[in-house]
Amino acid sequence: MRSLDISCALLGGAGALLLSTAVIAQSKPPVHYGASISEADVAALDIDIRGPDGKGLPPGKGTVADGEKIYNEQCVACHGEKAKGGSVFGAMVGGIGSFTTDKRVLTPGSMYPYAPILFDYTRRAMPMNAPQSLTNDQVYALSAYILHLNGLVPADVVMDAATLTKIEMPNRNGFIVDDRPDTKATRCQKNCP
Amino acid sequence: MSTKDMHQRPRSSTRSPSDDADEFESRRQFLRSGLAVAGAAVATGAGMGAAQAQKIEVPPSNKEMGRIIDPKVYGMPSKYEAHVKRNRTDVFVNKQNWSDWSMTPLHQQPGIITPNGLFFERHHAGIPDIDPAKHVVAIHGMVKQPMKFTMDNLLRYPSMSRFHFLECSGNGLTDWKKAASSTVQQTHGLLSCAQWTGIPASWLLDAAGFDEKNAKWVLFEGADGSAHARSIPIEKVMKDAMIVYAMNGEMLRPENGYPVRLFIPGWEGNVSIKWLRRIKVSDQPWHLRSETARYTDPMPNGKWRQFSFAMECKSVITRPSGGMKMAGKGHYEIEGFAWSGNGTVTAVDVTTDGGKTWQEAALEAPVLDKCLTRFRMPWVWDGAPAKIASRAVDNTGYVQPTVADIDKVRAIVGFVQHHNGIFPWSISPEGEVKNAIA
Repeated sequence: MRSLDISCALLGGAGALLLSTAVIAQSKPPVHYGASISEADVAALDIDIRGPDGKGLPPGKGTVADGEKIYNEQCVACHGEKAKGGSVFGAMVGGIGSFTTDKRVLTPGSMYPYAPILFDYTRRAMPMNAPQSLTNDQVYALSAYILHLNGLVPADVVMDAATLTKIEMPNRNGFIVDDRPDTKATRCQKNCP
Repeated sequence: MSTKDMHQRPRSSTRSPSDDADEFESRRQFLRSGLAVAGAAVATGAGMGAAQAQKIEVPPSNKEMGRIIDPKVYGMPSKYEAHVKRNRTDVFVNKQNWSDWSMTPLHQQPGIITPNGLFFERHHAGIPDIDPAKHVVAIHGMVKQPMKFTMDNLLRYPSMSRFHFLECSGNGLTDWKKAASSTVQQTHGLLSCAQWTGIPASWLLDAAGFDEKNAKWVLFEGADGSAHARSIPIEKVMKDAMIVYAMNGEMLRPENGYPVRLFIPGWEGNVSIKWLRRIKVSDQPWHLRSETARYTDPMPNGKWRQFSFAMECKSVITRPSGGMKMAGKGHYEIEGFAWSGNGTVTAVDVTTDGGKTWQEAALEAPVLDKCLTRFRMPWVWDGAPAKIASRAVDNTGYVQPTVADIDKVRAIVGFVQHHNGIFPWSISPEGEVKNAIA
């Protein structure tokens, strides 16, 4: 910090000190104010599906043909014919093999490391104008249809919890965990490159 | 140049501040005037002097009664500030406006706190309108006792307040290697800063009594139309995550998560789940769409990096910045913001020669952990073409990289998150300030 600002810096330091000593040691209150519930009470909200093992996938099933019908009624307007991209959103097919090129195409088929992610997202957020309105059978059917369009399941697949979890997604091993800081910038001051 | 100048604008008596048709031109004039005012001050200081002095008249406001105090009102900014707005993204334009974002006018923000009405937005299914009397936050999963909390329950706890920035991981995604944006609002406006009030998230986990041996990750989920959710490592939740119901001295705005949200200091905005409805404890992460297909970083060899949560140290010059015009050569004060999701800003260097030499700027107190920090450096512009930029350092020793540095270790292709590269502005001999990322 420049000398001009030393007073500022000192003030800042003092301020920080004050803050840290005066920080209200918000000690946990001796009691808790919430109410006890059971897992059953939260069941209607408990919609998350764990990707790797499909934990949370509900009973139910659906076919590619059923999925195509639902898609053409409720999804095609935004996502386009055969999920090739539409008036609002881009393609949900293709892209597999594109990640080593300069044009990575992100679709459920190319990107999801685990197929149950598709069920989770569709059920919680789609269709955009009526989220959480699809039945579990409908979500299985849509999953079957989209994954079939991506060439990942045959046309006669019957999608259910077990089938969906077993699909080998192309990007299964495509992820690495956060390894930052990954840059090594230095503080060059003069004659910098 | 004082921060007051930031709000100087031409006193055009004919313009109606509510007239949106004039908005752009007026804005442009405003941007110019901010710096023009400073130039005039220098000229006067240099002694152009008494000959040109004009008598200052008594302002009309001295000669009349002002507006009365309304019995009850929510106060609004001066009508002369009507041009200061949060702008929906207009460089990357979405085809619908529910899963969309808006950006903070950083060049018009004095101090470190973003007013609630200008705080950036990112929603995935629009803004819900939630009745706090009916809202409940549930916690379950690997806990001894599942619990639910009403807003009254949450407000009964002693509150805590913290100053922290919030930045979207997509901030800057339009401007990695080519200048697509004009203003700092467009390049960096997915960034804001507030004082957040609520309780430690750890208190709710303690209330439910999580499985300390096996619990490793926590899912937080929103009550919006996307039921947006993320998996968060439990150490971070227990360390400094907050359950927030107020910001900047008032209850959250609907677009910022009313009536209650998660706030995770220093991490990408996406994880600070708004409209919080459910917390679930687990032994592993979920790998949701928002932690695989989105918010991940393209890496070399076709790989993707996930769970890259922290917003690394970064800075930007807000003044002069893109779209402004210098008022001729002379003395200027270069100003901007620096911040780090990993700690405290310890230094900011500024270059005015495109990176050949750097000088340390002054930091303005308070300098707080994971908070916007203001820096400034006096500069005499000689009227020649210049390229200015800032480079921040945090208390981990991390130095803000250039885009070239980042390009060496990641794959900058497509819709790329986590842009914390050094951001240059060019100044032409005519004084035009432009985005110079390349």
